[in-house]
Amino acid sequence: MLQLIARRLSVSVLLILLISFLTFVLQSLAPGDVAKTILNSGSGQLGGGYTDEQYQELRRALGLDQPLLVQYWDWLSHAIRGDLGVSPVSGVDVTSAISSRLPVTVSLVVLGTVVTAALGIGLGMISAVRGGRLGRVVDVFSVIGFALPNFWLALLLVALFAVSLGMLPATGYVPIDVSPAEWARSLILPIATLSLSATASFAKQTRDSMLDTLSRDFVRMLRANGASEASIVFRHGLRNAAIPVVTLVGLLFIGLFSGAVFIESVFALPGMGRLAVQATEQHDLPVVQGVVVVLTLVVVVTNLAVDLVYGWLNPKVRVS
Amino acid sequence: MTAVASQDLAAPSSDEPPGGNSRPAVSRTPTWRRLLRRPLAVISLAYLVLLVLAAVFADVVAPYDPADLDLDHVLSGPSAGHLLGTDPLGRDVLSRLIHGGQVSLVNGGVAALTFVMVGVATGLVAGFFGGWTDRVFTWAVDVVIAIPGLIVLLVVLTVFGGNMTVAMAALGILSAPGFARVVRGVTLGVRQELYISAAKVSGLPTRHILLRHVLPRVTGPILVQASLFFGAALLVDAGLAYLGFGVQPPTPTWGGMIIEAASVISQQPWLLVPPGITLALATLSFALLGDAIRDTSAERTGRQSGNARRRSAARRAELPRPAGAPDPAALLSVRGLTVSLPTSGGTADVVADVDLDVRPGETVGLVGESGCGKSITASALLGLLPAGGEIRTGRVQLGDVDLTTAGKSLLRSVRGSRIALISQEPVASLDPVFTAGQQVDELVRRHHGGSRQAVRARTLELLTSVRLRDPESVARRYPHELSGGMAQRVAIAMALAGEPDLLVADEPTTALDVTVQAEILRLLQSIQAERGMAVLLITHDWGVVAQVCQRAYVMYAGHVVESAPVAAMIDQPLHPYSAGLLASMPGRGRPGHHLASIPGTVPAPADWPAGCHFAPRCALATEDCAAPVPLSEPAPGRLSRCVHHDRLIEGATA
Ligand code: SF4
Repeated sequence: MLQLIARRLSVSVLLILLISFLTFVLQSLAPGDVAKTILNSGSGQLGGGYTDEQYQELRRALGLDQPLLVQYWDWLSHAIRGDLGVSPVSGVDVTSAISSRLPVTVSLVVLGTVVTAALGIGLGMISAVRGGRLGRVVDVFSVIGFALPNFWLALLLVALFAVSLGMLPATGYVPIDVSPAEWARSLILPIATLSLSATASFAKQTRDSMLDTLSRDFVRMLRANGASEASIVFRHGLRNAAIPVVTLVGLLFIGLFSGAVFIESVFALPGMGRLAVQATEQHDLPVVQGVVVVLTLVVVVTNLAVDLVYGWLNPKVRVS
Repeated sequence: MTAVASQDLAAPSSDEPPGGNSRPAVSRTPTWRRLLRRPLAVISLAYLVLLVLAAVFADVVAPYDPADLDLDHVLSGPSAGHLLGTDPLGRDVLSRLIHGGQVSLVNGGVAALTFVMVGVATGLVAGFFGGWTDRVFTWAVDVVIAIPGLIVLLVVLTVFGGNMTVAMAALGILSAPGFARVVRGVTLGVRQELYISAAKVSGLPTRHILLRHVLPRVTGPILVQASLFFGAALLVDAGLAYLGFGVQPPTPTWGGMIIEAASVISQQPWLLVPPGITLALATLSFALLGDAIRDTSAERTGRQSGNARRRSAARRAELPRPAGAPDPAALLSVRGLTVSLPTSGGTADVVADVDLDVRPGETVGLVGESGCGKSITASALLGLLPAGGEIRTGRVQLGDVDLTTAGKSLLRSVRGSRIALISQEPVASLDPVFTAGQQVDELVRRHHGGSRQAVRARTLELLTSVRLRDPESVARRYPHELSGGMAQRVAIAMALAGEPDLLVADEPTTALDVTVQAEILRLLQSIQAERGMAVLLITHDWGVVAQVCQRAYVMYAGHVVESAPVAAMIDQPLHPYSAGLLASMPGRGRPGHHLASIPGTVPAPADWPAGCHFAPRCALATEDCAAPVPLSEPAPGRLSRCVHHDRLIEGATA
């Protein structure tokens, strides 16, 4: 177990280094650089036109004349201390920009995961035990859920519940400390969208792992020797099926961060995804890079958490 | 769910079985022809072809120029002039949809092409060369799978100034690892086969091996994965277009049309429908097509031919004779038991007309090769047939209860307390997430109830009675911490928890070491002596039968072919199959024996002959054996299903 976690951690650290370094390499390959971006965008004090001298000066000021590795080291040594730099476009501190957006995305994704997992596990269990028609419905909806673009689904929900029925706000976000009720209302449609597209496929996967468990030798042994059906399904089935389901919940959680990028744009939620999209439009690399690093951290931490729960549920891993 | 992260996109590949050991096709119909027999696949394919054609010939097909403004008719719903209505600038929605397909399909194609090339190339190289190449590959796959895909796409778009082609290629690369794993698995399988057939040793060039032997095997997975991924890539492409990346207005794209629709969502929500549905149907078609290809290639490796299917259907019509009366002196009395199981082409009887008796305290063997129906017979006795399995006719009388007609609750009350089971794989027959003690506890509680302490005390008693040296410590251990022999003792303790009258032991020693086998058999014998419990011992091992059983039934291809007291049968078998089994009887307990004296193997139920099932392998077969052979009683207490049993005696004396 400890060994597994140590290996995970080492891969994770490498992963973060690799991804952040790759973004640096990509940056150097691309035509133009941040200095040009600033000068062209006119958000610097220089306005539109600029001379080559001004350009070189800005490059020096930003450290862009240094070798790539030096630039990377500079960024990294700050990043480790929690300083992800300053956006050259907006002049905003990247770390504080991200930390002000993080709660929005996290509430969206955490609640989305909880709703999806709860519904999916419930449906999956019922269709594993009852089988039949419900199972086929789950199958069909998992394919449809895969095929529907979630931003489009979001717009349909807006058209129905916000525009036609006027029941819920179409866009916008109210922080929880301003009004918990409004906060909840502003998140209902986004979360409904995320769950609608993911629940059926989650249910299908839960059902498959439950069916897999129920077909194993020990279940036959328990049945043959008189164990009750309730105990077989809820005690043995659930505990064993939970082991792969934990992995699925981890994947779902990570996947919803990507889904949130679109959902935040549709509902104008000031989350990280929207930050990343705006930064991408403005060629604001330090911000995008900051988001990448934070999201990679989220993935890494999620995987670690999954490993820990997995080990806790699975005596084979726990002991060794 | 909209698959936007690379880890989601890679997901479908995980359940793709590595096709490395798939056998050549039985059916000669090409895969694509059988694909066209599936309506969903045909509809999906037709829709996709239509989309592609419309995009290619957009200038000809589209009723209007996609950029033509008609400010007099903005936001009109569907009408004869504009089949799908007009947008906020009065442009024709249908025409924009048709032209929009050009961008989306090219982008999807770029992603899918990159995906396939990267996946196939890396998978082939890693699987074929192995060694450190493979280790680097595995590591790289681990890393790439953990990358948050969509955000990396945003980085790529930032750096390359919104260049969608580069972004789509990046999407292909980021999603390839799961697929590359599949290719690697297949390649590895082929490579091992080639070592066996020594093609590699004989100096074939690598390129030749890869092209001739490996590529054909991965074509199926490639098509499946490429199709699923193409659909997912379309969604990502539209999503990025929705976020404002890629080709800019006024050039129409599907994602762009959704943005435009969103801006007038309160005036004309209809505009959401055409681009969204077009896109969703495209993705759906790719997904369904992928599934259909997977199913068709799986079907190709399926075994039953149409001929055999018809024959098994014909056999269904031939009703078994009415069951005889059960033996009142027997504890378990089976009469005319006929069990059918689902096969790829319907159902087939796998156990036919079995009669069997076990008297109180007796040990009875049920012997035969694997595939002869003995384990299914055991499952039928316990009411635990696999899904789709059915007892067609017959009686299973356990004391005063007929188990074939008993309801679920009656069956449940009988299991464990009157009839119990231990099975072949001792470790697998225990739940891995509970300790041995917890599992015995559960059954003790179920059958006797009582306080927690009383239950545990009874559990320890049971564990002691199966001769476990340190019951307290065994009770605390998880199944994976037990040896096979210990696990089988725990399983026996579980079976004894309800003090059953009859223990069905399904190959209880097959998976164990020779010395442990003997111990477990001795244990069974002594428990039986102490408790007066009957045992039905299912095995393929004559050594086991000879050691513990008083009587034995020999099964072959669904029939009981001989029954007799064990000593008499070993002395003089009265069926050629029993004779063959006995002749090839190995030194006691040697696992995995071959039937040296009987050529061939047990045929599949669909291929059983109409007459004596053993005829194709029988040295004594004559024309008389072509008609169904009933059981006869050549000697008192002995039954044989052979018309020429007397010749066995002549053979023995001659
Ligand atoms: S009936 Fe005929 S074919 Fe069957 S076992 Fe006897 S001799 Fe062989």
